[in-house]
Amino acid sequence: MNTETVSVRRAQQDPLWLRWALTLFALSVVGVLVVIPVVNVFAVAFSKGAGVYWKNLFGDPDTLHSILLTLTVVPIALAANVIFGIAAAWTVSRFDFPGRTFLTALIDLPFAISPVVAGLMFVLIFGLQGYLGPFLRSDGYAVIPYLVSMIATGMGLLVFLLLLPPNPKARRGFWNHPWLASVIGSASLFCLVLFLQQHFEIWPRNTSLKIIFATPGLVLATAFVTFPFVARELIPIMEAFGAEEELAAVSLGANGWQMFWHITLPNIKWGLVYGIILCNARAIGEFGAVYVVSGHIAGQTDTMPLRIEKLFQEYNLPGSFAVASVLTLLAIVTLIAKTNLERKAPTRISVRKAKTVEVQS
Amino acid sequence: MSILIKNISKSFGNFTALDNVSLRVPDGTLLALLGPSGSGKTTLLRVIAGLELPESGTVYNDDQDITQQSARERKVGFVFQHYALFRHMTVAENIGYGLRVRNVPKPQVRERVDELLRLIRLDGLDSRYPGQLSGGQRQRVALARALAAQPKVLLLDEPFGALDAKVRQELRRWLRRLHDEIHITSVFVTHDQEEALEVADRIVVMNEGKIEQEGTPEELFERPRTPFVMSFLGDVNIFHGRVQNGRAVFSGMEAVFPEHPNPDVKPVCAYARPHELDIDRLPRDRQSLAATVRHVNSAGAVVKVELVLVDETVVQVSLSRDRYLELQLQQGDAVFVVPRQLRIFIADDWGASGSAGGTIRQDGARVNIRWQNAVA
Repeated sequence: MNTETVSVRRAQQDPLWLRWALTLFALSVVGVLVVIPVVNVFAVAFSKGAGVYWKNLFGDPDTLHSILLTLTVVPIALAANVIFGIAAAWTVSRFDFPGRTFLTALIDLPFAISPVVAGLMFVLIFGLQGYLGPFLRSDGYAVIPYLVSMIATGMGLLVFLLLLPPNPKARRGFWNHPWLASVIGSASLFCLVLFLQQHFEIWPRNTSLKIIFATPGLVLATAFVTFPFVARELIPIMEAFGAEEELAAVSLGANGWQMFWHITLPNIKWGLVYGIILCNARAIGEFGAVYVVSGHIAGQTDTMPLRIEKLFQEYNLPGSFAVASVLTLLAIVTLIAKTNLERKAPTRISVRKAKTVEVQS
Repeated sequence: MSILIKNISKSFGNFTALDNVSLRVPDGTLLALLGPSGSGKTTLLRVIAGLELPESGTVYNDDQDITQQSARERKVGFVFQHYALFRHMTVAENIGYGLRVRNVPKPQVRERVDELLRLIRLDGLDSRYPGQLSGGQRQRVALARALAAQPKVLLLDEPFGALDAKVRQELRRWLRRLHDEIHITSVFVTHDQEEALEVADRIVVMNEGKIEQEGTPEELFERPRTPFVMSFLGDVNIFHGRVQNGRAVFSGMEAVFPEHPNPDVKPVCAYARPHELDIDRLPRDRQSLAATVRHVNSAGAVVKVELVLVDETVVQVSLSRDRYLELQLQQGDAVFVVPRQLRIFIADDWGASGSAGGTIRQDGARVNIRWQNAVA
């Protein structure tokens, strides 16, 4: 009995020198690979003094523009991915349909594809030599009336199906002919949009619509590369929570919106915030895809990572590192936010535990 | 409000959950859907609630067709098996949710919530979260939440399934009392025959997506129409035999079985509950089977005797204490089993709706009672 406890202790506790050696090794690896480079970023940035640092950041109009451009592109891409992520997670976790596994795999695709290839894909579609590029170049904004009426028709159809009274007896007039109603509705909408365009020129005609080498391209590329983050974060959470609480809300008389805002969103809140933080971090630092689609025109399409690279190529080390220090600072803030959140939010393990306890009890 | 279900069918892929089911739930009754897992009872409940859309058939609420109505239009209260309480809301918020989504003014919600908290005897716990409650308390909160918006029908999916035995018993009686107080038409799903027999006004026994039998607990217990119902509601002993020319033969025992007057031989099974069997020291003419006493459990209100027949079949018999003292049974004694009542089913079409049933009674003189044929 006694010897047994001793041997168990031996197995758990390694000798002192080994523990120290392992700790030192780990610390030195982290020091060399992480701490020293990060500190060095700030050291080089401030090497010519704080005044030069300030001038490097805000004195150079191109650098300033790159910071502003990043602050424009990232929120748009983020908003798109939040909406897409929630919709995708909802679809995958709540419905069973043919192609569900395929959709799940597709969500992961941007993780698997190299960012440079992702950028090239957009160039291939929207570039001057691409499929849609020349058309958009020559006719540009003239396509927008068609685009608007197409999107509006889709939205209208969706709203129609959502509002359709489920009880056939309550359907009167156009409610009885959903397809006729949608065709008439979309045709009249199209005529209205076209009329407005012909007589009031809402969108300028024959102006080229640039996507590649312009902000829309940057948003597209950034959104594509970061698109799995929110969905990937939400799918396991929504699957773990299950649909029972949502069904309970519906049986108590909640409609779709009420169910989403009262039940689904509070349940996925922490996962969503976590996904947004990760997505944001990746979007700010995205280089490869953005490099391909931006054509990095200084003062026009340079985002912060592209600006850093350009300044570095021009041997402007303090300038380059000054921008880099801003990125690094953002990364550190993200890290702190993430750590705080992990402490505050119920971890996924405890959520799962609560679930099983509830099932057992 | 009464519910009428007509020819409902529903399948999930290749699995048929409901196969042409028709049922009436009279106004104000507490009805139990009883069956093993996979028998379609939960699916039927969800169809009534509007959480599941049937492939064919109609659901009526009084005389109104509500098949296409969504769950929120039907005004039903649904209690989920694992409660499905909103874990980020307090008890009071949970109970008041059904009123909140219907835009009832806050003071009125508060009033109704307090009233329900008193009803479920949880006053004072209104600001707790579901995670801080015991299983039985959660169950009662789920019930109060379903009742808050004054539904016309209350539906409960295995309401006591996730609770331990003692709490379950307590809540069962409480539910019965609650139903007697508020008289709301209620349907609950259970796989526990004891629960169904104790709580329900009417029981519907389901098996493989079909209704086996419907009736009051007494009817089902005393006059089961199929072997399935017989064996699902309580303990049974089964004797295997043959039937020919209107007579069923079980080794040394014979019974009249007029449902099969033909000369061809068919295997039959005779069912008897432990309390419908008697033990005798002496054989009776063609009405008893030889057996050996294997075990006697005399602790309890009735004495449970385990017998082994010649063909190794084990038979359970419940005797009254007086009868046991009279017989003075010992382990290893050679005795005879005398059935007071037998329910005979032709074995090759068990469970099928066309199975013929017969019974014999032995109250001193032999009386044959023609059993109502199980053809629905």
